[in-house]
Amino acid sequence: MRDAAHPMGEIGWIAAEDDGHGAAPLLPLTVRGLCYEAGGRKLINGLDLELGAQGISIVMGPNGAGKSLLLRLLHGLISPSAGQISWGAAPLSARVRQRQALVFQKPVLLRRSVGDNIDFVLRLRGRASAGRRDELLSRVGLLGLASQPARLLSGGEQQRLSLARALATEPEVLLLDEPTASLDPASVHLIEGIVVDAGRSGVRIVFVTHDIGQARRLADDVVFLHRGRVAEHSVSQDFFRTPASEAARDFLAGRIVL
Amino acid sequence: MAFALVASGDGDLYEIIGLSLQVSLTALFASCIIGFGLGTLIAVTRFPGRGVAIIAFNTMMGLPPVVVGLLVYLALSRSGPLGVLGLLYTPAAMIIAQTILITPIVAALSRQIVEDLFNEYDELFRSLSVPTLQAMGAVLWDARFSLITVALAGFGRAIAEVGAVMIVGGNIDHLTRVMTTAIALETSKGDLALALALGIVLLAISMTVNALALSLRSTAARQAYA
Repeated sequence: MRDAAHPMGEIGWIAAEDDGHGAAPLLPLTVRGLCYEAGGRKLINGLDLELGAQGISIVMGPNGAGKSLLLRLLHGLISPSAGQISWGAAPLSARVRQRQALVFQKPVLLRRSVGDNIDFVLRLRGRASAGRRDELLSRVGLLGLASQPARLLSGGEQQRLSLARALATEPEVLLLDEPTASLDPASVHLIEGIVVDAGRSGVRIVFVTHDIGQARRLADDVVFLHRGRVAEHSVSQDFFRTPASEAARDFLAGRIVL
Repeated sequence: MAFALVASGDGDLYEIIGLSLQVSLTALFASCIIGFGLGTLIAVTRFPGRGVAIIAFNTMMGLPPVVVGLLVYLALSRSGPLGVLGLLYTPAAMIIAQTILITPIVAALSRQIVEDLFNEYDELFRSLSVPTLQAMGAVLWDARFSLITVALAGFGRAIAEVGAVMIVGGNIDHLTRVMTTAIALETSKGDLALALALGIVLLAISMTVNALALSLRSTAARQAYA
């Protein structure tokens, strides 16, 4: 494993500063000895990980490596069997979770109009305004569909709405679980653009994908999971040029990774 | 002759219809307040005995009206625990009986609907840290079309019920006589025209309720809100 203790060394750590909200910074993220068991199987098995304060981290790995599980554990939707997750100096809590947003692989949309899906979150965060809603919808190219029932949108539009709703929470960390799976290239391009823009505006991105091309386009660093552990965590260029782990080499070469 | 009676605007007939609607709609209102609340609470919370509560409500959906009538009669009769209220043989007693009869229906069906939708929203709500009460409100709102259908089913059961209201209302003319009890009485007296006229109205109400339910379901499905 390439320098698992400080994988972001070349990108650099951002000094812990106040985030302007008066709360302690969420990053860096430190995960130690994380385990998750289900049905007698260790699906996450002693995972260690550190993520710095900026950039887009791509989480890759074969099916069953534990990518989606890791995201849910980091967000606190499920509890680990063992191990620790620290966002900044704080353990995972509801308050920490409120400063993150998770976009699910399969969009979960309220049975309401497109605009009402955004309004729900804005009201929840005490920031309801038609202007803000329209701005978010415009950002994801859905302003013209604001009054449409959300469930009548296409797959790509539904995912863009999910993304807009996540951004409505003004997250410091955006966790994305294969948001472009099964989408056409145009939708993938749109969503990648939104994610890159969010990253540029200072949102820390953790993006799960199977798509090697997408990982090349987006990644500042790559976390490669295999059998519930971090097999490799490298700066993007290094990962794609000279993958250190055998599993990553096989994965990038299109060979079956067991 | 029965149709002529309906069309004639007969005062007695419309008094009976009016009381029937008043009793059943009030019972429905009370049942929806209690049933939606209980159903939602059971759907979104986990507590010891939850499974027993679900089985109990599901079982009570088939409560025999005469048994409910008997229990309410015992409770409201002069020597019963609520006898001092003097409600026996009043519309209030009939409302209580019908409320008891249809609340389990409303609670059990709404529990299932709310639970299904809540399971769908669960991870999203937890991800957004939506407070429980707000989550309950959001699910109730989003399930409103299905819940209205549940309410209509409850109303259908209440308006067509005869056993319980007969026991606790007594079928007193100009006081507690509703459509179902009047039909039973007029049939036994041989006044089939009035009985048939009331039957026609009852069927028309039932058909309207069913048409409304169907229309709501298809509207909701068409707009992808269901």
